[in-house]
Amino acid sequence: MIIDGSEKSLRKFLSDLPPVDQVGAEARAAMLATRSIKTSSKAWAIDMAISMVDLTTLEGADTPEKVKSLCAKAVRPDPSDLTVPSVGAICVYNDMVKIARTELDRIGGKSLPVAAVATAFPSGRASLAVKKIDTQDAIDAGANEIDMVIDRGAFLSGRIYDVFEEIRVIKEICGKKAHLKVILETGELVTYDNVRKASYLAMLAGADFIKTSTGKVAPAATAPVVLVMLEAVRDYFTLTGTKIGVKPAGGIRTTKDAIKQLVLVKETAGEQWLTPDLFRIGASALLNDLLMQRMKLRTGHYASANYVTVD
Amino acid sequence: MSDFEYANAPESKAIANISPSYGLFIGGKFVDPKKGKSFSTINPANEELLSKVGYGDKSDIDAAVKSARAAYTKIWSKMPAKERGKYLYRIARIMQERAREFAVVETLDNGKPIRESRDTDIPLAAAHFFYHAGWADKLEYAGFGNKPKSLGVVGQIIPWNFPLLMLAWKIAPALAAGNTVVLKPAETTPLTALLFAQVCQQAGLPDGVVNIVTGDGITGAALVNHPDINKVAFTGSTEVGKAIARSISATKKTATLELGGKAANLVFEDAAIDEAVEGIVNGIFFNQGHVCCAGSRLIIQENVADEVLEKLKKRMSLIRVGDPMDKNTDLGAINSKEQLNKIEEISKTGDAEGANRWSPDVKLPTKGFWYPPTIFTGVTQSHRIAREEIFGPVLSVLTFRTPAEAIEKANNTMYGLSAGIWSDKGAKVLWAAKQLKAGVIWSNTFNKFDPASPFGGYKESGWGREGGRHGLAGYLTSDSKVNK
Repeated sequence: MIIDGSEKSLRKFLSDLPPVDQVGAEARAAMLATRSIKTSSKAWAIDMAISMVDLTTLEGADTPEKVKSLCAKAVRPDPSDLTVPSVGAICVYNDMVKIARTELDRIGGKSLPVAAVATAFPSGRASLAVKKIDTQDAIDAGANEIDMVIDRGAFLSGRIYDVFEEIRVIKEICGKKAHLKVILETGELVTYDNVRKASYLAMLAGADFIKTSTGKVAPAATAPVVLVMLEAVRDYFTLTGTKIGVKPAGGIRTTKDAIKQLVLVKETAGEQWLTPDLFRIGASALLNDLLMQRMKLRTGHYASANYVTVD
Repeated sequence: MSDFEYANAPESKAIANISPSYGLFIGGKFVDPKKGKSFSTINPANEELLSKVGYGDKSDIDAAVKSARAAYTKIWSKMPAKERGKYLYRIARIMQERAREFAVVETLDNGKPIRESRDTDIPLAAAHFFYHAGWADKLEYAGFGNKPKSLGVVGQIIPWNFPLLMLAWKIAPALAAGNTVVLKPAETTPLTALLFAQVCQQAGLPDGVVNIVTGDGITGAALVNHPDINKVAFTGSTEVGKAIARSISATKKTATLELGGKAANLVFEDAAIDEAVEGIVNGIFFNQGHVCCAGSRLIIQENVADEVLEKLKKRMSLIRVGDPMDKNTDLGAINSKEQLNKIEEISKTGDAEGANRWSPDVKLPTKGFWYPPTIFTGVTQSHRIAREEIFGPVLSVLTFRTPAEAIEKANNTMYGLSAGIWSDKGAKVLWAAKQLKAGVIWSNTFNKFDPASPFGGYKESGWGREGGRHGLAGYLTSDSKVNK
């Protein structure tokens, strides 16, 4: 153990982390954005990105029918081309978990995980008791992954041990039944130093994945934020031998954006992170752009948006 | 899963349009050298011939200086300053319009990655013309004395590491201040200067204001020793700089000299380590380390040295070495066989003197001139690789225990061009910057250039400054007798 679980050891560990230089981190991310990914590497990246998409609907207006059609899309993103891989997971609110799980099982998507956003998503403003019930409810409904939000208010006011404890308790509830993704909501943490601290805090508390954002706050998964988080999982692996996943979510809408994310992964955490087990992209509109670019690469022509399904 | 290997992404050469031969640019026209001699310029990445360029000797230099003198006396010194500025703006805009062409030619002739010529060299070169264009009509109000005057004809000699950018550093301030120039590009990289000559024609610059004479060291010496030049501006080795200083010592010629360096890059324990590692990489591997201000001596606080070196090695393993025309290449070709031999020779002394060499596992192309990114650890102040400028992708790593020791080691060199400081503590950065004897000091960054920022060295790194108001001062005098 690199910390003993006490508040003192957590604080010491986090305060000993090296700082992030904002200008330098942004310059590195901008340089990596100039990588030119063409032909065979683009085709590989598109398929990899599709298999990493956490296909998401998190709207007040979500209905069972909407979720079911999303499930169909997740299993067979392009009905005209069955060589297209399935996406990484479906991501929904708690009350849609059972519907999604049942539908996926029915249509041949048994291996596709269902992720539920829990712990008073997206604000995290509820008591721990409510958050525990929220999580338990999602797992009982069949969720394979829990995307929890951290209490940003607690983090920003310095009550980092409360945040740590909360993640630890939720992880206990997840146990072996569900993977835990911890949403940092980096748009509210604002500084890269905070992003680095929160990343380590989440990993130390038991996160299987660290995730940038809820998608409800801008800015979300900016390249420098993802860079800092990838550095954190890389260094955590050096320190502990454990690989933690990273999930950027929010604002990744085009194939170009997605490929830039994969370049960040390759040249920061390394190629071993280029698998849906360790990297996911939370998105909804992205999938169709990936499909259209895939068609373009295969046929040489851009198709109209009507050649891919709306959901 | 297969690997995410980047497929080849080569920039197209089609735009370059390199002519099979070039004459000398004298009096606004391309003319054949008087003796009819020429020499080859090759692509250092594959040793293929790019073009034959004219070899200028003493008589050609004389013709160029005469043409520059005539243009100075009859046109350029009489032209209203605002009009001079217009020409510089026009040149800057044409350079931007033809940026892709310049970038491709630069990369082919020099061997540097297209990413760097495209994103750094060419945009900065254009920026230098824009910046100095703005100065042309404001010289009287900038504290250069009462009615500052141009010097006359300036002889300029530039190196091969940033061919077009060094041309811009030289020509833009000279013209803005009202001088005319004869410029000699480096022997191995003449092509972008000749392309620039075409830009001068396109901009309608009066004939003779800019003259470009290609050749070698003998050509350069003829320029320096020509009796009718008023100033020498040189960027290159300290050895040649000293020779120039000697040869003009009994004349009225003035000089600015940008010479060698062996910059210290200081990493303190409280630095942002990941960004410091990026800065170390940028400091020594940018442009294959062919940078006079390269951060070639990494001096790390001993208690974070292991962490920094582990991260640095990981990062170096990601450096993409190869075809400079590939848009994903990070480290290109060494500019010439001669330079490669020099890098090899000095690096071998590192092995012989007991330093530990490390390079990532890289596959170097079989043709052309290549050297892998290399670091030496366990280097001490008395090693040759800690003292001599290698001018290649070779980093010497030393350590320090206290800030005072860091400064002592950093300043213990005959050079003083640049230095880097990595610390998250503002007070420490300011303290260290005050102690360092270097002309340019970067805080938490490295190899950043801007036309407004003066550049130049202490000690054997040179005389004078280039860029900014300080750089302009080197092309002006308030003594009106100089030009008579």
